[in-house]
Amino acid sequence: MNAFDLIRSAVGNSLRSKTRTLLTVIAIFIGAFTLTLTTAVGTGINNYIDSTVSAIGASDVMTVTIPAEDSNPLASSGPEEYDPGATVVGGGMGPSSIALTPSDIAALADVDGVLSVDPAISVTADYVQYGDGSQYQAAIGSFIPGMSIDLAAGVAPDMTATDYEVALPVSFVEPLGYAGNDTAIGTSIIIGLTSASGVSSTVTATVVGIAEAPLVGSASVIPNEALTQELYSVQSAGLTEAQADSYAAATVRFDENATETEINALKSDLTDLGYSGTTVSDQIGSFRTVIDAIVLVLNGFAIIALFAAGFGIVNTLLMSVQERTREIGLMKAMGMAGSKIFALFSFEAIFIGFLGSAVGIGAAMLAGLGINTLLAGGLLADLPGLTLVAFDPVSTAVIVVAVMAIAFIAGTIPALRAARQDPIESLRYE
Amino acid sequence: MPVPVLAARDVHKSYGQGATRFDALKGVSLDVHEGESVAIVGKSGSGKSTLMHLLALLDKPTIGAIELSGRDAAALNGAVLNKTRNATFGFVFQQFFLTPGTTVLENVTLPLRIAGVRGAERKRRGMAALAQLELADKAKNRATDLSGGQKQRAVIARALVNNPSVIFADEPTGNLDSATGKVVEDILFDLNRTHGITLIIVTHDEDLAARCDRRIYVRDGLVVDSLTPTIQKEALA
Ligand SMILES: Nc1ncnc2c1ncn2[C@@H]1O[C@H](COP(=O)(O)OP(=O)(O)OP(=O)(O)O)[C@@H](O)[C@H]1O
Ligand SMILES: [Mg+2]
Repeated sequence: MNAFDLIRSAVGNSLRSKTRTLLTVIAIFIGAFTLTLTTAVGTGINNYIDSTVSAIGASDVMTVTIPAEDSNPLASSGPEEYDPGATVVGGGMGPSSIALTPSDIAALADVDGVLSVDPAISVTADYVQYGDGSQYQAAIGSFIPGMSIDLAAGVAPDMTATDYEVALPVSFVEPLGYAGNDTAIGTSIIIGLTSASGVSSTVTATVVGIAEAPLVGSASVIPNEALTQELYSVQSAGLTEAQADSYAAATVRFDENATETEINALKSDLTDLGYSGTTVSDQIGSFRTVIDAIVLVLNGFAIIALFAAGFGIVNTLLMSVQERTREIGLMKAMGMAGSKIFALFSFEAIFIGFLGSAVGIGAAMLAGLGINTLLAGGLLADLPGLTLVAFDPVSTAVIVVAVMAIAFIAGTIPALRAARQDPIESLRYE
Repeated sequence: MPVPVLAARDVHKSYGQGATRFDALKGVSLDVHEGESVAIVGKSGSGKSTLMHLLALLDKPTIGAIELSGRDAAALNGAVLNKTRNATFGFVFQQFFLTPGTTVLENVTLPLRIAGVRGAERKRRGMAALAQLELADKAKNRATDLSGGQKQRAVIARALVNNPSVIFADEPTGNLDSATGKVVEDILFDLNRTHGITLIIVTHDEDLAARCDRRIYVRDGLVVDSLTPTIQKEALA
C-alpha cells in the first residue's frame, strides 16, 4: 500500500464509527483548546511587555548607579560609617545608592565597550497646565535617544530640536481641557516648577505628541533634550556647583549589536569598578519570569488533559482493532506487511489527534477573538496597546505537532497489536 | 516431470500444547501442477482448511515442508511470502470477508491497493474483474448490501483481480443454493480452462469435487485416497 492510500484508508476508517471518533476528538479538543488559549495569553502579555520595553528605554543603554555598600535593607548589619564625600540618593525601604560625580562619569567613559555616558538628569515639575485650565501634578520622564514612544497621536519630541517640545500621556488630554488627542497637538503647555532656592517659575513648551499609557511605571510627560536642559537649569538655580553636578544615575550607551555575553562582560567590568549596570531587559525580565511561570502552570493542566485524551485514543483504537480483526486478517493474508498495518493504525491515531487539535485551536482562536473584543471595551480599556490573547504561528504549530505526537504514541499500543495479529487466527475470529 | 507449483512434503500441523495438543495434519504429501484443478475433500474437521492454509503460505507446518516451485517456503523471508500471496495467489475463503461500509469496487481492489497500484489503474482492473463476473453495475454499492450469490461473485472478482496463477477456494459454494453454486463453479472452471489458473478447491460437495482434474481425500489429518481420473484413464488405455 502506498502512503497516499494508507492515509486515505486511515481517514476513512476513523470516520467509519463516527460517534466513537467524535468522543475521542472531544477529549483532545478540550486539551488542545486549553493549551492554545493559555499559550496565547502568555504570548499576548509577553508581546505587550516587549513593545513596552522599547518605550521604557532603548536596547543599547544601561542605567549605571553606585550601589550603597549594604543596599539590601532587609539584611541590615548595623549602622554604616559616615563618609562626608558621599551623597546618598534615595533611602527608606528602597535600595539606596550613592550619587555619581563628574569624575565617575569620566571613569565610566573609559570602560571598554562604553560608547558614551550621559548623566541622568531628573527633573521634578510641580504641575502642567493648558491655558487657564486646572493645574495637574505631573512626572517628567526622561527620553533617551533611540527610545520609541507608543504614540496615540502626533510625533515623538525631536531630540535635536532647539525648541521646547513635549509629549503628553493620553490620560492628561481630557483633564487638561482638550477636546481630543489631535486638538492637543501644536498647542502650548505650561510646566510649573520650583527651583532649589524656592522660587516658582514656569516654562512653556509645544505639545507634539500624545503617548499611550505604559504597562509599567506611571504615565509621565516626556520632554525633548532642549526642554530637559532648560527645566534642569531652572530647577538647579541656587545650588552649589557640586550639588548641581551630582547625579542619581548615568546612562551608558553601548554597541547596539552587542551580544548577551558582551553585555554581561560590560556589567561585570562595571561591578569591578564599584558600579552597577541595569539594562531595560533586566528590569522587564522579572515580569516575564512571573508571566512565564503562570503560563507554565496553566499549560501543565492542559497537558494533563491531553494525556487523559491519549488514553481515550488507546481505548478507541483497541476497540477498532478488535472490531476489524477479520479485516486485518484478510489484509495480512493478501500480503499486507505488518509494518503497513502498523502505519495504517498509527495514521488513524494521528488523524484523530490532528482533528482534535485543529478544531481545538480553531475554537481557541474564535474564543480569543471574543475575549479580546470583550476586554478591549472593559477591563483592559486603559491599556490600549495590550492584546491579551495573541496567537503565535510557531507555538500554534508546535501544539498541533505535539498533540499529533501524543496521539501517535497512544496509537502504538493498538497499532502493534494489529500488526502482530496472526492472519489465520484473525480469519477464524467470529 | 515438471516442477510442481506447490508441494507438501510429509506435512504435520499441531495446534495447542501438552494435554490440549491436537494434531490436525499427521503427515500429508502432495504435488499440485500448474494449470491443474485439485479438490481437497473430506468431512468437517478433517483438516482441509488447515492444509489449504499451509499450501497458501498463510501458516507454517509444525513438521515437514511446503515447496513453492521446488523451493522450501521456510527459506523465504516475510517480504517474499507477502509478495507471493499478494501477486501470485488469489483467495476465496470459507466466509466472504467483505469489509462492511465500503463499496464493492473497494473490496474487489483490496489486493491491488495492498500491492500499491495507483488509483486509476486500480479502478480499471477492478471494473474489468467485476465485468467478468457480471457485477459491474454493483461496483458502487455497499458490499454488505449484495445478495449471497453476488457476494460470492464479488469475492471471486477480488481473488482474480491481480491476475493470480493459483486460486485457493475454501468451500466456494458452501453458502449458496445449488443453482447459484453452479454458476460460481462454472466461473471458476472457466478461469481454469481459459486462463490456465491453477485451482485448489476445498469442498465436501462430491459433485463439485467430481468436476476437478484430481481429488485428494483427507480423513483425520491424513490423505486416504488420491484419484486422478485423467491419468487413470490413460493408464487403462
Ligand atoms: N487454532 C486452532 N486451535 C486448535 N485446534 C484447531 C485450530 N484450528 C483448527 N483446529 C482444529 O483442527 C482440525 C481441522 O480444522 P480445519 O479447519 O482444517 O477443518 P476443515 O476440514 O476445514 O473442516 P470444515 O469442513 O468444517 O471447514 C479441527 O478439528 C479443528 O478443531
Ligand atoms: Mg474448513
